[in-house]
Amino acid sequence: MDTVEGAVSALRQALGEQVLSVESFRGETTVVVAREAIVEAARLLRDAPELQFNLLAALTAVDYLPEEPRFAVVYKFYSLPNNRFLGLRVPVPGDDPEVPTIEGVFPNANWHEREVYDMFGITFKGHSDMRRILMPHDWEGHPLRKDYPLGYEEVQFTFNFDDIDRRKRYARE
Amino acid sequence: MTGAERAGTVYMSEPEKELPVDELKHLVSERALTGETMVLNMGPQHPSTHGVLRLLLELDGEEVINCVPDIGFLHTGIEKNMESKTYMKALVMTDRMDYLNNLGNNLAYCLAVEKLVELDVPPRAQVARVILAELQRIASHLVWLGTHALDLAAMSLFLYCFREREIILDIFEMCSGARMMTTYIRPGGLWRDLPDGFEEAVRAFLKLMPGRIDDYEAMLDKNPLWLDRTQGIGVVSAEQALGWGLTGPALRGSGVALDFRKAQPYSGYELFDFDVPVGSRGDVYDRYKVRMEEMRQSLRIIEQALEALPAGPVRSNNRKFVPPPRSELGHSMEALIHHFKLWTEGFSAPKGAVYVAVESPRGELGCYLEGDGGPKPYRVHFRTPSFASMQVLPVMSKGHLVADLVAIIGSVDIVLGDADR
Amino acid sequence: MGVEGKLGQLGVVTTTLEKMVNWGRTRAMWPMLFGLACCAIEMMSAQASNYDMSRFGMELMRASPRQSDLMIVAGRVSRKMAPVLRRLYDQMPDPKWVVAMGDCCSCGGVFNNYAIVPGVDEVVPVDVYVAGCPPRPEALIHGVLSLHEKIQAEKIRDWS
Repeated sequence: MDTVEGAVSALRQALGEQVLSVESFRGETTVVVAREAIVEAARLLRDAPELQFNLLAALTAVDYLPEEPRFAVVYKFYSLPNNRFLGLRVPVPGDDPEVPTIEGVFPNANWHEREVYDMFGITFKGHSDMRRILMPHDWEGHPLRKDYPLGYEEVQFTFNFDDIDRRKRYARE
Repeated sequence: MTGAERAGTVYMSEPEKELPVDELKHLVSERALTGETMVLNMGPQHPSTHGVLRLLLELDGEEVINCVPDIGFLHTGIEKNMESKTYMKALVMTDRMDYLNNLGNNLAYCLAVEKLVELDVPPRAQVARVILAELQRIASHLVWLGTHALDLAAMSLFLYCFREREIILDIFEMCSGARMMTTYIRPGGLWRDLPDGFEEAVRAFLKLMPGRIDDYEAMLDKNPLWLDRTQGIGVVSAEQALGWGLTGPALRGSGVALDFRKAQPYSGYELFDFDVPVGSRGDVYDRYKVRMEEMRQSLRIIEQALEALPAGPVRSNNRKFVPPPRSELGHSMEALIHHFKLWTEGFSAPKGAVYVAVESPRGELGCYLEGDGGPKPYRVHFRTPSFASMQVLPVMSKGHLVADLVAIIGSVDIVLGDADR
Repeated sequence: MGVEGKLGQLGVVTTTLEKMVNWGRTRAMWPMLFGLACCAIEMMSAQASNYDMSRFGMELMRASPRQSDLMIVAGRVSRKMAPVLRRLYDQMPDPKWVVAMGDCCSCGGVFNNYAIVPGVDEVVPVDVYVAGCPPRPEALIHGVLSLHEKIQAEKIRDWS
């Protein structure tokens, strides 16, 4: 049996109802699990001797505003001995964006989770250092949310050049 | 003022809000709170942090007790910005992410787009991509070697490395017209065919380079200062390295032979014969050795790829995704329509997410790309090797001197643009 | 001595104070070793063997702002970096000049978003803008030479 199929059936066996669905797209398998089960799922993937997904390759999130559940946290695990990728996806409701941390299983989740917190405002329960990582510490808002504007500087054309230039603040000595 | 308002208006040099010290207390040991050890700030402007990295160091004398990296000083909002552009136009952003591996970033993003929309790439373009990516790897390693040696006070190497790097940049310029931000690898192939004289230029480089790499090694390996400052410094075991998500040469220095060119071949890497060098001790010296050997292997790949470079088109013929050649615009109505549609609206990608991992000079560069059926990417995320490997700095630097920390930072080969995006 | 013998008696040269000071300022300009992003790599190229900026008396990159009189802002300035950049500028002793190298720090470049300051001239006063993404090393050298020209045209009443 292929490692990925084995992983899916092992997850189904161990977590039961908490495996919500299994998606396959362009040859990539993603298992959707409930957020309560993510730590157990990560530990199972890492420790099961026939799976050995021992590298957390990527961790990120997606904002599906205005759908509900609004967020999804995406994990990509890589198995070095078996040379396979497996994705996990955890739906997160918008009114209570909190997921248990997997820092205890994969130490490198620390920074990835901080980045997700910084960019999406999803907090990770039990995380050892839940601070902003990329934006300044006093920044308000979470930039990668879909309701956060990109930020926009007006473009100067001939007709409005002086108008915009007057409003621009230039630094002085 | 909310962050959004602040983003929309201009920046004022207002006094910084002080960070409450309580928020940082958990990062340092008890001894720092009693004043027994010293907490020192290194960066963000420091000559040996390779950019704008800030390190919070807890020191006992000159010994590093703890080191807390603080990144984000080069956060560019690339992921958010790409969401507002079409798939083709978002490519421009990837160049500027890891600015020593521009073509590699292009490649990762293009492979993700091609996987998402199921686009085939003609063989000539695939082989050309391999040549360019390997040239870029050598160029990146040359910058790494030059700056790493400069940090450890071997200044002459910096001048030699940049001399050779210029040859590679000239080849890129020949292809694309730009030295660094080439945007030459496009979804569906290349921007245009390789120019006349490309093969001769690369062959001349292949002839020149092996001797030069030997020279670099001779300069460093017989230098007792270099050996003292690299051997046994910044040791990281294989388990630690994997747990902290280290990939690329830094992981291979610890003896784990993970190379995505071998493990999950993309763009036709499976056709070429090359070795994956690994170290044994996992110290700064082994990582240096691995990278030196990698440059030689890259030369080997380029040599084989040049032999195998087939003739033929360099862009996919699928006009729904790839613009037609300019020559057709004059007489084909259909070509004109496709051209217009592609450059105004762009092509649409199906709903779904793909993840592509390529081997950048620094490690696993992953591109997570999610489409929503429209012409713009719904979410792009780059899993960048520098971000991942910077986390391991505290593990590597514990118990070493501040001067060794400089060697450790250099040996991990971080690019801050890559880490902060 | 050789040179004097060839050029004739150069024991006394008369010039204005203005010219002499400006000449002195341009001939040993010490840039700050301060790179931000992609342009920093091209700045390194300009320093390295092929382009060799030391031909213009600029081989000495100082890592400390207190020892430098030229700040080459090489790369994009994020909003987290902007206060740091301003502090570095304030630490430089007078007279000081700023070259904005590259599109990003001249006007924001391709990044028109929340994270990047659209033009470093909102944070520090800029003397010369160098266009390009990134500018070639020649362009940077040209920018620096333009700055030299600008300095040589400075008047004594503007020194303050």
